[in-house]
Amino acid sequence: MAKPMHPTPLLDELEKGPWPSFVKGLKRLAQNNDMMVDLLGQLETSYETRLGYWKGGTVGVFGYGGGVIPRFTELLDENGKPKFPEAAEFHTLRVMPPPGWHYDTATLRKFCDIWEQYGSGLIALHGQTGDIMFQGCRTENVQKAFDAINEMGFDLGGAGPALRTGMSCVGPARCEQACYDTHRANRQLINAFLDDMHRPSLPYKFKFKFSGCPNDCMNSIQRSDFAVIGTWRDDIQIDQAEVKNYIASKGRQYVIDNVVNRCPTKAISLRDDDTLEIRNKDCVRCMHCINVMTKALSPGKDRGVTILIGGKRTLKIGDLMGTVIIPFMKLETEEDWQRLEEFAGRVIEFFAENALEHERTGEMIERIGLANFLEGVGVDPDPNMINHPRTNPYVRLDGWAEEAKKWEERKAKAAG
Amino acid sequence: MAEAAKPRPPVESGVVDVMPFLHPVMKKNYGKWKWHERPRPGVLHHVAESGDEIWTVRAGTQRQMDVHTIRKLCDIADEYAEGYVRFTIRSNIEFLVSDEAKVQPLIEKLEAEGFPVGGTGNSVSMIAHTQGWLHCDIPGTDASGVVKALMDELYEEFIREEMPNRVRITTSCCEINCGGQGDIAINVQHTKPPRINHDLVANVCERPAVVARCPVAAIRPALVNGKPSLEVDEKKCVCCGACFPPCPPMQINDPVHTKLAVWVGGKNSNARSKPTFHKLVAADLPNNPPRWPEVAEVVKKILRAYKEDARDWERMGEWIERIGWPRFFELTGLPFTKYHIDDWRGARASLNASAHLRF
Repeated sequence: MAKPMHPTPLLDELEKGPWPSFVKGLKRLAQNNDMMVDLLGQLETSYETRLGYWKGGTVGVFGYGGGVIPRFTELLDENGKPKFPEAAEFHTLRVMPPPGWHYDTATLRKFCDIWEQYGSGLIALHGQTGDIMFQGCRTENVQKAFDAINEMGFDLGGAGPALRTGMSCVGPARCEQACYDTHRANRQLINAFLDDMHRPSLPYKFKFKFSGCPNDCMNSIQRSDFAVIGTWRDDIQIDQAEVKNYIASKGRQYVIDNVVNRCPTKAISLRDDDTLEIRNKDCVRCMHCINVMTKALSPGKDRGVTILIGGKRTLKIGDLMGTVIIPFMKLETEEDWQRLEEFAGRVIEFFAENALEHERTGEMIERIGLANFLEGVGVDPDPNMINHPRTNPYVRLDGWAEEAKKWEERKAKAAG
Repeated sequence: MAEAAKPRPPVESGVVDVMPFLHPVMKKNYGKWKWHERPRPGVLHHVAESGDEIWTVRAGTQRQMDVHTIRKLCDIADEYAEGYVRFTIRSNIEFLVSDEAKVQPLIEKLEAEGFPVGGTGNSVSMIAHTQGWLHCDIPGTDASGVVKALMDELYEEFIREEMPNRVRITTSCCEINCGGQGDIAINVQHTKPPRINHDLVANVCERPAVVARCPVAAIRPALVNGKPSLEVDEKKCVCCGACFPPCPPMQINDPVHTKLAVWVGGKNSNARSKPTFHKLVAADLPNNPPRWPEVAEVVKKILRAYKEDARDWERMGEWIERIGWPRFFELTGLPFTKYHIDDWRGARASLNASAHLRF
């Protein structure tokens, strides 16, 4: 029953070499799946002509406006018919994974069974937005595949001008450096704004990413509109006995070169008795010394998160990193978690109301100015938000006295 | 008359609870881990406050996996590990075991089945990538193919930890750069303005939306052959391709003029220095399937110089910060051109306003 294979001399080259080959996988599927036979035919054509041949469209599941990435072939023969008809429709279902991409094998096997029945048998673990990408489905099977996946308790992710699937690092599941529960944050925030995912109506995409510490393993700062990065306020925890053990194994020179001298704010000294001294007021919580001495040093105990808003890649105005908006927020009590959710809601609402079409949060902030954004989401200015104060004098300062008074009042209030 | 089948309303379950998917040792010690170490490349050892331990064995995958490969990984997890796995942001798979004795047999099995064990610590980990010709609607090149070809070349650097610090590579099949930032980023760079099929524009494109999409205001409405269409001021055009997604008749991809560019020094971690974006170092590399040898050559040149010259813990951008860009171009042998000098907004911040020079 299987269709004969198209010759694929270029793709065959990618079966060679030591790294696992996706072409081998496609060919294995093609043994009893005509869609993959034709998919290989179209892909080989792309390799020959150096052009892509997919176009989008509108395919979805009942009740949702997004989450399916439709693909129709543009590779037509002289009669205007698809040259590789079995792969003429090759849609992707984006499915939200468990936070941190943790799985048991039973779940992965069920995914495989469903996708073998309704789709091409090709699954990407995972796409760049964090979703499980069930790649290759005919329009008629999209609803059936979704129903089966949805019955397992999984839901579609985001696509288009919508809230996108969140990403969270391994977090407290396995990492001692996680300063908050990244998995809970991912689930709570995404699920709180799920309507904005399933029925796309934002100006453009909006992404949350959650990293447990400033190592930022999720690249939240560059790749998300709302980056939640774990941090701490008190002193780094030091186990001096372990410091001595580390020096005994690596030598003083190594510790001086790679711990003391690599501290970006010169906050660390090595004492003559092989113990470390850290001037915590100077520490910027970069994680370096903790990364080097994983047994001797760990983040402090007064933990929480820093929130940076507005990261994104190239289009349209160029790269933007997230900007610090909330320097520190505790995430321990239910009230803390509620405060995070309310703040995220204010940011999304402000974005929905003030961004132009196809404008990301960071671009909106650049256009309107950070001060206006802060006012819009109800956050007071903080020197942690800037690298340095303004250098140009072209600004109206006639509200200065009033603003200075607010600062003094806030300071007095904080001091109790 | 037969009644139409009632559509099934979705269960808007959202993100699932992670707990049922966690290895029991991870569930038990959730939030209570004490320290970790890397006993060998590809293996992590975490110890909890309770004294419980867990070993992680990390292996590379091809990301776009057929169900047979996934089932094979599940078989390995069931037989050699304890039935729980997780994936990393770079599509590596991690097997979790609570008994150190299980680590070596698991590694041997993975290697025997063709899954390289590595990607931890100071290795070149799996390349984060996009969809490419396999599934994207605007790709200038492939993604899985580029990555497969490059990872074959960098295989030894994946299974070892011999770099000064971790090396993260990304690829992107268009200038939107879904692949992300990296110590080395390999991205498509269009080099010619879009070619417009004027017969199709009026039917396919919402013209004001396309005009608004252009970052340099190079697109304007025009009447061509009596039909409403668009025209591009080719002197202004920066060939970003932003007009192509909303208006496919403005074809930006080209078999010859779609090129690849290499960028270096991107980093998202806050460790030591603040996060940085990657910077352009090489361009005009041919989009040459199935193995993209010209790109691999540049990447290996950069990696060789970094490996030889950088100090312990220096990420690529930090190494360049120390040695300076003149020395970078000298050590890598890459040419420095006028195109390396930024002329986009904020460009002045990237110019040297000092007498700090290197000869």
